[in-house]
Amino acid sequence: MLQLVKRPQPSKAMTYLSPLLALAITLCAGVVMFQAMGVSPGRALHAFFAAPLASKYGWAELGVKATPLVLIGVALSIGFRAGVWNIGAEGQLTFGAICGGGIALWLHRAETGWVLPLVLLCGALGGMAWAAIPAFLRTKFNTNEILTSLMLTYVAILVLSLLVHGPWRDPGGYNFPESRDFSESATLPIILAGTRLHLGWLLALAMVGATWALLARTLVGFQVKVIGQAPAAGRHAGFSLNRMVWFCFMFAGGAAGLAGIIEVSGPIGQLQPSISPGYGFTAIIVAFLGRLHPLGVLFAGLLLALSYLGGEAAQILLGLPLAVTGVFQGMLLFFLLACDVLIHYRIRPRRRMSSAAA
Amino acid sequence: MKHQNLFRAAAQAAVGAVVGLSLGLTAISASAAEVDNVGFVYVGPVGDHGWTYAHDVARKKLERELGVKTTYVENVPEGADAERVIRQLAASGSDIIFTTSFGYMDPTLKIAKQFPDVRFEHATGYKRAYNVSTYSARFYEGRAVLGTIAGMMSKSGKAGYIASFPIPEVVRGINAFTLAMRKVNPNAEVRVIWVNSWFDPGKEGDAAKALIDQGIDVITQHTDSPAPLQVAQERGVYAFGQASDMRTFAPDAQLTAVVNNWGDYYVERVKALQNDSWRSQDTWDGIGPGMVRIAPYGDAVPAKVRAVADVIAQNIANGAVHPFAGPFKSGDGKHSVKRGEVLDDETLLGMNWYVEGVQGGQ
Repeated sequence: MLQLVKRPQPSKAMTYLSPLLALAITLCAGVVMFQAMGVSPGRALHAFFAAPLASKYGWAELGVKATPLVLIGVALSIGFRAGVWNIGAEGQLTFGAICGGGIALWLHRAETGWVLPLVLLCGALGGMAWAAIPAFLRTKFNTNEILTSLMLTYVAILVLSLLVHGPWRDPGGYNFPESRDFSESATLPIILAGTRLHLGWLLALAMVGATWALLARTLVGFQVKVIGQAPAAGRHAGFSLNRMVWFCFMFAGGAAGLAGIIEVSGPIGQLQPSISPGYGFTAIIVAFLGRLHPLGVLFAGLLLALSYLGGEAAQILLGLPLAVTGVFQGMLLFFLLACDVLIHYRIRPRRRMSSAAA
Repeated sequence: MKHQNLFRAAAQAAVGAVVGLSLGLTAISASAAEVDNVGFVYVGPVGDHGWTYAHDVARKKLERELGVKTTYVENVPEGADAERVIRQLAASGSDIIFTTSFGYMDPTLKIAKQFPDVRFEHATGYKRAYNVSTYSARFYEGRAVLGTIAGMMSKSGKAGYIASFPIPEVVRGINAFTLAMRKVNPNAEVRVIWVNSWFDPGKEGDAAKALIDQGIDVITQHTDSPAPLQVAQERGVYAFGQASDMRTFAPDAQLTAVVNNWGDYYVERVKALQNDSWRSQDTWDGIGPGMVRIAPYGDAVPAKVRAVADVIAQNIANGAVHPFAGPFKSGDGKHSVKRGEVLDDETLLGMNWYVEGVQGGQ
């Protein structure tokens, strides 16, 4: 039998190398899988990883797809470091889209430059407002924030559904559940002509920089690390856990709300019943895949975005079913977790003697 | 290059608008004839056995009958992703692309502008362009037949309706079913449960159980999985298949199904492109032209019921009967249609109120 034994000191180098190792093993397993399916592994891997990036448009799409993942993932990583479990970023994203989108609809005749900043600001504030509910419940009544933030996601989606089916419906839209299109002045500018890459990508990059600076250079960042690694030490140093909960929820809520309003005022251009294919949940994976480190999250977000684009390319170029993409993503996460376990633990064959001694 | 295309598309659209559609259409280059690839964008998985499955059956028919190559992308969310997928299909050599869900409307139009030589067919929408057609089926005609059967088969006079989203399409179906059921049994009522999803076998199955617990004995659905039929089979109540014949999932429970038959339309449109006679148009066909079909009856349906259902279907097909012919009124009393009146297409397309007898409309 085998036994897992905790390593006294995990290898520093391997901590950073393990995502790459996991990627390499995924590629190997992928080759086996494609071979078994009768698809040339070379062509399949090309479709997954190279074909989506064969053009300027493809690179821009990578940015478009990664924007919400990076924006939310990097903000969530702060909370996860501090042990604050905000699982409801999807709801905060949705509520941000509602608030910002509401302003955009209200001002659809305004043609001035301050509409867009106002819309974005309201999006972020909306996300924060939605995040304030679980933060309040946690700090006031010690309610489990995993449950409350998750359940509020469905509430937010229903609120959006109610609005676009009812009062915010496009008056010229045959009662279909969509708002009118946002005006030019409430739409994110395109930063690369001929593509869909919008200002939101720069905001996501700015968020990565800001989070890095927060962690490396500020007292709050220090508190996040201390409370996360040694809560007792944090309490002893007089850091308030409640303030930390509030900070993490406001930070992630704001970022998720911003991601939501970026989606609707960018590539979608109107409010509709479904605005996100689960970015708020995928961002949790992105945060952990990126080792809760801002730069890591950036790369993880790009990698996951690429896997989505690759899944589409594999369907178009090779006629592979979408399930293959799911299997591929699953393998990546599985191997990453497996590598993690082996960094922190080593496998020792269990001898009969030791069990007798125990 | 792209700007030129855009300009050309805009110019052609403008010409079409000013001097009539036909002139704008003749401006399309006569490079048709050769159809290398046909693209399909699906909102669900091809294995949903409902909406997307029916489109995929039609895609295979197209491959079989015309020998053209096809490409599909499944499970494409109706958000920011749709535009990229449609563009990828257009850029990778599809000559005509069928985008098969309402939420693809604006992305389809956007990409159609960028690719003026590619033709687009958008299902269930209302925006067209010189290279974008729209098509849908009058499913409500089929639902009127189901309602008739439900009225004759139900002992409790209560039917359950598992609905997705309160959009006109779904509301219309609920109303057509209810009107037909109440023609047979004036006291019949239809209980609606909304599951807020097009495809969620778990939720759909739960909704079916909840309805059966409330005493209904026949279920119909406007969601795509066969889960409600499986529940109906287990619990011994009747049900109707959605979008395709779902008999294999509920051999005893399925009375019949409304089958979406897109195949003939797809073949016709691709042929038109090959013959260079493709024009932007709006198609809304029902039982008559065969876009909506009624699946073979289950063994539980007695001969008398079959005969009545056949007559209703035939009369709807030849126009003798309209499912929305008065007299009837809405549950809240705000709308009423007099004897001899028939709701026009415009009203049907934007329908957002429920007829009498519907419980649980939103």
